[in-house]
Amino acid sequence: MAEQIKPDLVLDLKGLLCPMPVVKLSQAIKNLAPGSVVEGIATDPGVMADIPAWARTSGNELISIEKRDNEFHFLVRKK
Amino acid sequence: MEKENKLSMVIFSGDMDKILAAFVIATGAAASGMEVTMFFTFWGLQALKKSRRTGKGLFGKMLGFMLKDIKKLNPSKMSFCGLGRWMFKKMMRAKNVPLPEELRKMAIELGVKIVPCQMSMDVMEIQKEDLIDEAQAPVGVASFLEEASKSKITLFI
Repeated sequence: MAEQIKPDLVLDLKGLLCPMPVVKLSQAIKNLAPGSVVEGIATDPGVMADIPAWARTSGNELISIEKRDNEFHFLVRKK
Repeated sequence: MEKENKLSMVIFSGDMDKILAAFVIATGAAASGMEVTMFFTFWGLQALKKSRRTGKGLFGKMLGFMLKDIKKLNPSKMSFCGLGRWMFKKMMRAKNVPLPEELRKMAIELGVKIVPCQMSMDVMEIQKEDLIDEAQAPVGVASFLEEASKSKITLFI
């Protein structure tokens, strides 16, 4: 399902640890129009908990988050 | 009073690890859309100090000789006369974790307000010019309490 959504921006967060994935994501999303979709790819397992929490507190929509091989892929839509 | 989406922090400690934790929380909160204010008091002022000697009188100058800047702070445990700092920074670098000075820069970029405490600056003989330019005008306890009473989250580090 998530595969069909084409992201407006792909964010490489590989190798980054807390708090950088969340900081980079918020900085990237700032410059986008509401409704835009960002795909993030991270290697820090902490993002599985932190990206959903960030979406809840910042009021953005988490479309999906999943582990693929040793990477974590997520899609976020700006509100 | 209605609580706003704010985080108010008192940074009392001048330990490298605690300063790191403080800036991680501050940047994370700012990234989540919170308005963040960090009040720096006592040893915490070292996290804002430029790399220069401070102090006017004898005691102030003696203290100024001992005070560090954010790059020279030691961890609260396993300091080993600077060896601990060196080791931690090396380990953090290897794991791609930003150093305290980098997190401070990021916090400022994210709009975190950096506010020094006037009283501890007076006692420790630290001038506004001794602190980084991004530090706002020094305030007292009433300003912190006003901000804290409006904040959803308050922390003392």
